[in-house]
Amino acid sequence: MKKYILRRVIQILITLIIFQTLLFVILDAQPGDITNLYLTNPKVTPEIREQMRVVLGLDKPAITRYFQWLGNFVQGNLGISFSNYPRPVMDIILERAPRTLSLFLTSQLISFVLGYFLGKQMAWHRDTPFEYGMTIVGVILFTIFTPWFGLMMIYLFGIKLQLLPIGKFLDPSIWRNVEVPANTLFYYMILTAAIAGIIYVVINLLTRKRSRTLRQIIRLAGFVAVIGLVIFAWKLTPYGYLAGDILKHMILPVTVSTLVSFAGTMLLMRNTMLETLREDFIMAARAKGLSEHVVRDKHAARNAFLPVFTNLIISIPFALSGGIITETIFSWPGMGLTLLQAVNLEDIPLAMGTLSFVGVLALVAHLVADVAYAFLDPRIRYQ
Amino acid sequence: MQATSVQPNIKIPLWRVRLRLAWKSFKANWKLFVHNPIGVIGLVIILIFALMALSHPILMKYVWEPRVYDPVIGYDMEIFVHPSPPSAQHLLGTDPLGRDIFSQLLYGTRFSFILGISSALISVIINTTIGAVSAYYGGVVDMIFMRLADVVTMLPFIAILVVLSALWEFTGFTLALVYGLLVGFGGNSIVIKSQALSIKVKPYIESARASGGGDWHIIVTHMLPNLLPLSFLFMMFTVTNAVFAEAALSFFGLLNIRMSWGIMINTAQAAGYLLAGSEYLYLLLPAGLAITLLCSAFYMVGRALDEIVNPRLRER
Repeated sequence: MKKYILRRVIQILITLIIFQTLLFVILDAQPGDITNLYLTNPKVTPEIREQMRVVLGLDKPAITRYFQWLGNFVQGNLGISFSNYPRPVMDIILERAPRTLSLFLTSQLISFVLGYFLGKQMAWHRDTPFEYGMTIVGVILFTIFTPWFGLMMIYLFGIKLQLLPIGKFLDPSIWRNVEVPANTLFYYMILTAAIAGIIYVVINLLTRKRSRTLRQIIRLAGFVAVIGLVIFAWKLTPYGYLAGDILKHMILPVTVSTLVSFAGTMLLMRNTMLETLREDFIMAARAKGLSEHVVRDKHAARNAFLPVFTNLIISIPFALSGGIITETIFSWPGMGLTLLQAVNLEDIPLAMGTLSFVGVLALVAHLVADVAYAFLDPRIRYQ
Repeated sequence: MQATSVQPNIKIPLWRVRLRLAWKSFKANWKLFVHNPIGVIGLVIILIFALMALSHPILMKYVWEPRVYDPVIGYDMEIFVHPSPPSAQHLLGTDPLGRDIFSQLLYGTRFSFILGISSALISVIINTTIGAVSAYYGGVVDMIFMRLADVVTMLPFIAILVVLSALWEFTGFTLALVYGLLVGFGGNSIVIKSQALSIKVKPYIESARASGGGDWHIIVTHMLPNLLPLSFLFMMFTVTNAVFAEAALSFFGLLNIRMSWGIMINTAQAAGYLLAGSEYLYLLLPAGLAITLLCSAFYMVGRALDEIVNPRLRER
């Protein structure tokens, strides 16, 4: 196992270098360089521009600059943003990545649970009107044009019903006299969510051996208790209403990305579940006289879980792709919006930094998926 | 000697036998396809969109006056306030710049269709070739292509296209090419390769090699035809994704094209008609629904084909 992980890490490092090389080629392939920004400035003569090129190291051959760029990347230095000069790209990414990740992880978690249960039911009721109806709904949600869907949701909930804010991360009129930076509060919110999640998982693990009804009652009670505890704890602090404001702004983006992504999980779960239902052990389980829902939940669904779980992990880098769309529609200041703005302002270092951050994230996610596989499926042995 | 004595008994030429066999298998598969209502719904929607795409040049030439109905530079002088709601002259109304929305919709259909299908074709040709070649030769060729596919699979395509659009100017054609290449070197080729591996060990490949068939001959005449159903399936999904990517990019205004569904939504949204109330919804609804319907139609056909191609999903 250790040996396997080591080999995977080496493979990942090689892939990362290929990825970074590709990025460098794209970066270097653009015509001109930063000194071109000063072409129209009469105070910057061609001599000064030449001097700038020497100072910035742009006169060196591409291969030297390539190794310099790799070295800087290893040290976590992604350069300096043009549009937010002189802020380092890393600083901007560290500020905005949590916002994207929290949005994305919340919606992925909800859509995973939803997709898992609905997909299970779909496979179980194959070729019924329920299944066809769910397939059509699922396909439409999966392929719906997300920007348009977002606009329609804003129109419905933000303008027609006036229930939810139509965009942005927070309401400036509430935050006017607050000393705490929004980001600090946001980190604490993520921390709270993580702790609550761990407590809930522990409750689930502790009740595994109990009978079906008792288990369900304890889990439901635990869920309500954890939520209640979190709300109570935040009410004690003077910043509860501010956290509520951020949460209120999160509802609409999370809903939209959940609705769009749960269908994918659902359709995938249906297919893998159909495949497992054909296996011999399902017939054996039925022959033993197990009740239908035990066959469905314990024998079929558990085995269909693996590919769906891998898909969840692999889809993490696509937080950025989906993020571009949802964040632009809802003006949510995360990574996707940052990338789009960087591209519109031709801020190449920032755009590349965002992409390489996502690349690293993707590679780590792949490693986690592989290792998690070994824990989830005892049949898999790594040599 | 045995062989020559059998030969005269076959009177019909070989190509007719092949054609008849192909027709027979098509009929069998068609029966399976029609069994699933999802695929039929998708196919009908695609046919409707194809008719719409074909009708635009004809309508422009014989029915509509180009000065009024051109999707990009048309303007109706007889209506004073634009955007105007749907009327007899303008079936879906006019946009804020006085252009006919129905004409734009039909023009956008043609554009999306051509873009989606051409990028899907490019990607499928590359996918299938890579899959067949790397399964057949194995070794270094296989390793290079598969590791490349691993890298490409983890790229967030829309993000990459957004970055690329900052460096190059995308037209419809270049977008189709770049998207086709991205998908072509991506994860689909891994799946096609694993299918090709199972074909490679079949006895008929062995016998083809024994009777002196060259590498290329075996790949082209024996392996590719057996990979085509799977490739066709991936083609459907690629069309969906390509249409979606094009619409998203043109919605962000990153493409240099005349008119598309994404631009139509962008025009209505940028002019602020989203906030203006429900009487302006006709600006946003047609294009958004069209993108969604076309994408889901191809996806539905793909899913229905999946149930035929993938033996593990078959009921029988």
